Amino acid sequence: MTTPSAPALEVKNISLAFKGVKAISDLSFEVAPQEICALIGPNGAGKSSLLNILNGVYVPDSGEIIFEGEHFHRMQPLEAARRGIGRGFQNNALFSGMSVADNVIAGLSRHARATLLEEALLLPRARAEARRFRERAHEVLRLFDLERHAETTVALLPYGVQKKVELARAIVAAPRLLLLDEPLAGMNSAEKQEIAQIIARLNRDLKLTIVLIEHDIGIVLKLAHHVVVLDYGRKLADGAPDTIRDNPEVIAAYLGHDKVEIAA
Amino acid sequence: MNMFLETLIGGLLAGTMYSLVAIGFVLIYKASGVFNYAQGSILLFAALTFVSLTDQGVPVLVALAITVVVLALMAVGIERLILRPLVNRSPMTLFMATLGLAYIVEGTAQGLMGSQVRALDLGIEDLPIFLGDIMISQFDLTAAAVALVLVVALSLLFNKTRLGVELRGVADDTRAALSIGIDVNRIWQIVWTIAGLVGLVAGLLWGARQGVQFSLSLVVLKALPVLIIGGFTSIAGAIVGGLVVGATESLAETYIGPFLGGGITPWFAYALALAFLFIRPAGLFGEQKIERV
Repeated sequence: MTTPSAPALEVKNISLAFKGVKAISDLSFEVAPQEICALIGPNGAGKSSLLNILNGVYVPDSGEIIFEGEHFHRMQPLEAARRGIGRGFQNNALFSGMSVADNVIAGLSRHARATLLEEALLLPRARAEARRFRERAHEVLRLFDLERHAETTVALLPYGVQKKVELARAIVAAPRLLLLDEPLAGMNSAEKQEIAQIIARLNRDLKLTIVLIEHDIGIVLKLAHHVVVLDYGRKLADGAPDTIRDNPEVIAAYLGHDKVEIAA
Repeated sequence: MNMFLETLIGGLLAGTMYSLVAIGFVLIYKASGVFNYAQGSILLFAALTFVSLTDQGVPVLVALAITVVVLALMAVGIERLILRPLVNRSPMTLFMATLGLAYIVEGTAQGLMGSQVRALDLGIEDLPIFLGDIMISQFDLTAAAVALVLVVALSLLFNKTRLGVELRGVADDTRAALSIGIDVNRIWQIVWTIAGLVGLVAGLLWGARQGVQFSLSLVVLKALPVLIIGGFTSIAGAIVGGLVVGATESLAETYIGPFLGGGITPWFAYALALAFLFIRPAGLFGEQKIERV
């Protein structure tokens, strides 16, 4: 690439079908480094499927993903995590039986260097690593104001707090790209504001590139730098929030016809 | 009263041996969602490997070390050849795979190491000791102590180490574990190795009692009621389930046996498990419905 800011992520001609039903057709777009890119579109537009392709859960039928200059026909989930692609899930995929601190520590697994033998025999390197991970986890918990919940079992916490734990777990390993699937879903408006602020802060302070799916258009237009609109697996529009708001096609296909659903 | 206590204590101690077998199942079920039918064969294989080595004059500790290495290699092989290719398949598919695996492991074990009964002497005196006038089997006491040490070691590994965080994470939610960069395949290899080790300990204790032979692999059948009572997903459940089975079995034999002409032990645990299925199908500590197996 010769441009000064090569895209952090490039989705190129990606197609995906489930048993013959097209979920995504020939989709291409770019995500610039350190931007928040929002994917919007009605349910079934292929947004979650795309995130699943990006972190290797689904294999696209064709097309490729270019992440930080490297080309992939498919990602493996483990490979994606190791390369620094973090992921938050729609209904949280936390380890619900474990404490908040342990969840966040688990997020550091990809940085573990101690060998199995060192771990099993509790040799100095394994112990030092465990200590370092614990400290790092607590640092991140402080950042999210979660310290008082550190030893609480996740399942006992309210949903909004769990969401913060999931974000903490995702960013503790210092990802280069964060994928968030409806991070604001199922929250009241105060909680939505708080999480949106956290996302904006992560993006600004950690210079984190974020791709997120969100239905709350009001928040999306304020939060995102770049919006990609999907409908039936095709790209309908792609640009800055302002241009999306005024795009007649988007208004017709999405913004216009069902305001109630969008607000939900 | 003494007779009652003696029966109860004897039963509880014997129960710890059931718990040991059941723990092997729980470990694997939690981590990879498989009811591992091959656990009994692995137990037999482990005990046979150890006995074959010591029969050759290999010192006990060396034999133990070699057996552990063999079990770890087997775990890696199972993960590579069975679990990885069958990932995301239905639990029934995986169960069938372990059914096949059971025969392969059993056949290999007997093919390589013979099918005759091997005596195994762990050097534990089996003279009864007396607490007041209650008679307790020294062997059972030792076996229970070994089981206790093993359980404590496991719980330290799971709850106090960083590896334990990964192990619990995979058991809790495999998809999430994968997405945050936990090497699930490696964790499966580790868990199957640990389950193999638990099988080895159980195999040695049972083997010292009844000889190391094919029928050793059938102790898994005794683990089933333990799992139904304790729940498939809880190590604490496996322990309590084992104790419940051991204690009720031995009490039933003493107090109900005479009315039914004796011979209750072989089936009593199953009858109890059946009762549990009616009353509490997830077991005492179970989280999920048993149908999901």
